[in-house]
Amino acid sequence: MEFLRPQTWAEALAAKAELPGAVPIQGGTDVMVEINFDVRRPPALLDLTRVAELARWSAEPDGRLRVGAGVPYARVISELADRLPGLAQAARTVGSPQIRNRGTVGGNLGAASPAGDSHPPLLACGAVIEVESAARGVRAVPAEEFYLGVKRNALEPDELIKAFVTPVAGGPQYFSKVGTRNAMVIAVCSFCVALHPAERRAGTGIGSAAPVPLRALAAEEFLAAELDWAGTAPLAPALLTRFGELVGAAAAPIDDVRGTAAYRRHALSVLARRTLTWAWNDHRKAAERCA
Amino acid sequence: MTGIDTRAAEGARSAQGIGQSAPRPDGVLKVTGEFAYSSDLWLDDMVWGATLRSPHPSALIRSIDVGPALAMPGVLAVLTHEDVPGDPFYGLERRHQPVLAVDRVRYQGEPVALVAADHPERARRAAAAIVVDYEVTEAVTDARRAAFDPACPRVHEEGNVLRHQPVRTGSVFEAPVVVSGEYEVGMQDQAFLGPESGLAVPAEDGGVDLYIATQWLHVDRDQIAPCLGLPAEKVRLTLAGVGGAFGAREDLSMQVHACMLALRTGRPVKIVYGREESFFGHVHRHPARMRYEHGATRDGRLVYVKAEILLDGGAYCSSSPAVVGNAASLGVGPYEVGNVAVDAYGVYTNNPPCGAMRGFGAVQACFAYESQMDLLAEACGLSPVEIRRRNAVSQGSHLITGQLIDAPAPLADMLTELESFPLPATTGTGSDLRDLPGGVSQTTRGEGVRRGVGYGVGIKNICFSEGFDDYSTARVRVEATPDGPHALVHTAAAEVGQGLVTVQAQIARTELAELGVEEVTLVPADTSVGSAGSSSASRQSYMTGGAVKTACEAVRERFRELAAGHPGLSPAELVERFGPLEETREYRHRPTRPMDPLTGQGDSHTQLALCVHRAVVDVDVELGLVKVVELAAVQDVGRVLNLLALEGQIHGGSAQGLGLALMEEVQVVDGRVRNPSFTDYLIPTILDMPPMRMSILENADPAAPYGLRGAGEPPTLSSTPAIAAAVRAATGRPLPRVPIRPQDIALP
Amino acid sequence: MEEDAKGRFSRRQVLAASTALAAATTVAPGGARPAAAGAAPEIVGPGEVRVALRVNGQVRETLVEPRVTLLDALREKLDLTGTKKGCDHGECGACTVLVDGVRVKSCLTLAIMREGAEITTIEGLADGSRLHPMQVAFLERDAFQCGFCTPGQILSAVGLLKEGRPRSRDEIREGMSGNLCRCSAYPNIVDAVADVAEVPR
Repeated sequence: MEFLRPQTWAEALAAKAELPGAVPIQGGTDVMVEINFDVRRPPALLDLTRVAELARWSAEPDGRLRVGAGVPYARVISELADRLPGLAQAARTVGSPQIRNRGTVGGNLGAASPAGDSHPPLLACGAVIEVESAARGVRAVPAEEFYLGVKRNALEPDELIKAFVTPVAGGPQYFSKVGTRNAMVIAVCSFCVALHPAERRAGTGIGSAAPVPLRALAAEEFLAAELDWAGTAPLAPALLTRFGELVGAAAAPIDDVRGTAAYRRHALSVLARRTLTWAWNDHRKAAERCA
Repeated sequence: MTGIDTRAAEGARSAQGIGQSAPRPDGVLKVTGEFAYSSDLWLDDMVWGATLRSPHPSALIRSIDVGPALAMPGVLAVLTHEDVPGDPFYGLERRHQPVLAVDRVRYQGEPVALVAADHPERARRAAAAIVVDYEVTEAVTDARRAAFDPACPRVHEEGNVLRHQPVRTGSVFEAPVVVSGEYEVGMQDQAFLGPESGLAVPAEDGGVDLYIATQWLHVDRDQIAPCLGLPAEKVRLTLAGVGGAFGAREDLSMQVHACMLALRTGRPVKIVYGREESFFGHVHRHPARMRYEHGATRDGRLVYVKAEILLDGGAYCSSSPAVVGNAASLGVGPYEVGNVAVDAYGVYTNNPPCGAMRGFGAVQACFAYESQMDLLAEACGLSPVEIRRRNAVSQGSHLITGQLIDAPAPLADMLTELESFPLPATTGTGSDLRDLPGGVSQTTRGEGVRRGVGYGVGIKNICFSEGFDDYSTARVRVEATPDGPHALVHTAAAEVGQGLVTVQAQIARTELAELGVEEVTLVPADTSVGSAGSSSASRQSYMTGGAVKTACEAVRERFRELAAGHPGLSPAELVERFGPLEETREYRHRPTRPMDPLTGQGDSHTQLALCVHRAVVDVDVELGLVKVVELAAVQDVGRVLNLLALEGQIHGGSAQGLGLALMEEVQVVDGRVRNPSFTDYLIPTILDMPPMRMSILENADPAAPYGLRGAGEPPTLSSTPAIAAAVRAATGRPLPRVPIRPQDIALP
Repeated sequence: MEEDAKGRFSRRQVLAASTALAAATTVAPGGARPAAAGAAPEIVGPGEVRVALRVNGQVRETLVEPRVTLLDALREKLDLTGTKKGCDHGECGACTVLVDGVRVKSCLTLAIMREGAEITTIEGLADGSRLHPMQVAFLERDAFQCGFCTPGQILSAVGLLKEGRPRSRDEIREGMSGNLCRCSAYPNIVDAVADVAEVPR
């Protein structure tokens, strides 16, 4: 196995173009497990830790945030919790404190595990993944088009993940994850809801309940039609129940060692109802304050 | 001298006898990273061993081609069953487990061939290159079918029932109140953090020196030597640092393999299992299926208990017969009942072999009988505490085996004390996420959360039972040093983290105080001294503690004779002039008897220990997630030797019981383990372990050294049913199975 | 037997308090190849390459393949076996070390990626014979039994305090949740960390 040490992004892209089999490594928390267990033996590793711009985040001219693929979860929690609350909540549940010090959203995207904790908030927020190749330059892939299958994503062999770009939260966001112990646990299933009051809609993201992380589109459409954005009333139980049903129905879970398909569907419905309730209550409070 | 020097860092020597929370003599080594675990051993010329294991739970071996492995660079040896120098089989109770599979494999992960190579990865790759032609055969994976279906294939010639132990007393099997249930306990793993490892060094005399993390050096040696075709004295074992044990190191793992490779290559051979291999490399706790029927009077006094306890022993015997004995003899718990029909079965299947784990056969039955007691409480309109108190054993009661409980057993008082502990405050909405079910994963902010309180009681036999010749050996030597008389304590007892080295030194200081001994050195445990027996069955404080005490007394006796003959001399002068004074003693507990094969009657146990738990849980009833809010325990230990270490044992036992109640299960489907990793075999984290409230009683057992009672296992028994009961109380679900899975609560 | 063993063990001996460092292994260096084209990065490997690691204040050179984890390099190449391998999977925390003061799992990072970083292992925590306050607290609170997880627990606790002093026992629990202890000395670990962090009971 060769080890490539680019100092710059241009070098990294050149290396990936020349050696498409090279596996990028940043925090290592996804890639190393597979290497240690011989699940894969890539011909080369592409060490991105020296590429400084990957570890930065900044505001775009249009107000969105661009977060480099190398920003670790710990910094998402400490620096971005106010602007990306859903993602920060998800980051708090990733692995362990040690993993959060090194692991990155970029790594989560690269691995494209359906259980990755970053995916539901990225989907719910409408994030766009920026990927780049030396040959064709930058390509912006909406999160929902990024996940293609279990551990498969939309990257071409010569492309690297550069950043994700996402709107700053315009409303409440909640991430919720079921695991069978209280720390260091892979999601049995997870869910994120993000309210976008300015657009009078809500975004959703489902994790660990289908071959790919996905949005509950019918549930989003239902909310867009039913939510009274101007009102400050609590949500009707029937609306919450229906929303939960639609989220559960959007999943395509399987039985595995972590849980059954039936439980995952059920739990998603519960998470959907609860997170929407919390989000809507926050929204109402904010609306009341404004009024 | 390479022992552990137990001079206290703070110099508070006088405060380090028994009863004091003396610090661990190996503590500084452990907090500085200098303590050498078996996986840390190293010799410059050593090579690495690796094991090829069966991918099938049941198959015939048509052929093994080691050629491709031998041809690989760096490979020094590839061995199969044909290369076993001596007896091809080993085993704790039955010598029928192949060192390397002979003509068939009986479980997934059974060792088939070995490789020695100059690098661990080369060894692993070479092992993978060995070609084995298997003919897959039907795997027996259902314990009930294995036991009772005559058409079921036999895993071994002897038949699939490895032991059936009935217990019969009385004849009245009718009662006004009857409750019954079927219960299940999943396969738990000991999951010690330091995987199996050791270093075998070929010796010039043709023998081998093995540095190994184990629970019982001598029983290892007595199994290894015949397999190597060597006399016992040519197989010398030294205890390496043990990274946890909990029963999983009572059986052999890589011991014979490393020795075979060392003898074949003439090089020191190190084998270290990875985490996944560790799941296949040791026995687990027996999964159990149990049927119980309890009959009682309307005021809740037990009339009879009928029980069938089916324990899946997996592919080989290990210690299953003793596990069955415990399940049978302790099968109704610490309750007085005159009419009993218990049948405990140990069964062979093609599932992973099961054997010793903390609690050893008493854990599974405890979950069932305690679940039954709660059903009975409900049927009689009594509280869970009251039903237990009304039926509690006490000194003078008899076990269902007829054995008299001749030491204090104040169970009713323990329950009363437990019940009197204040309950923790309610967790309300707006609580910190960390205090709610689901924790920081933010599954609830109070929605769906219900509180439950449950009680559990357990009784565990301490030391080996059923007529086993159970003893420990200690050699104590007092010699003069410039700093005064110094004691050396040498035993073969395995320090596995329980603090045995601390207690041995405390005992020596106490017993040798009149010789002026303050400094005690513990000689490394090895086979150059007699057997100490196993660090299991909560027995080492009793047995090796007893041996050290007895040897110290013998030294002291000689010292007193010398002192009487030389009244003018100080202790230091006496030791200087007449020393060193050395005595070796074997210590035996009082004899036990076998259980009658038809009635189970007999004084089969040495000592009995009780622990009671109260669990308080918050359950998210919609999602099925559980937060254990508090565990409270009352345990009678007879005599506290070291409070700090003792509390640690109660924490540890309680946590492992919590794990069994809520998350820990080796999932086996069609004989295959589906979760051999810490990603999917979950053990409690620090966020899962609740604060504990404890009361430790000291009602001495007159038969035991200092009156002590073994303490490591009992809390493992009672915490599981207490937590299960608390979850039932919160949810109203019957929950007849542990671990309780979220879907069991959310989607019954 | 004991003397025999003592004479033969070059690195560690069972229960011995001292460590003698083994002679460096001699392997042909792989060496780094210069960058081929203008924008091409430095390529090292696939054979063993010389890596200079700054561990516990000392620069230690060793030869490792690029795929070797920091954990294996510490244990197998630098004789620093205080860092433990419990799962090789990032799930147990026994291999926790500090890299530039930040706690990481050394099984999930490559040695070659940590060149130039300041690595602290359990062997480097004490100041000579003076134990680190966290080591003292673990001893005083009996915050371990078998001790296998202890080096990782202690470094994780030290790293936690560097990340910001925990203000409550709940914060300690969350902060220490990446380190498994099968003996379940957890209550005592919370006490030990609370002592050093001065968190009231």
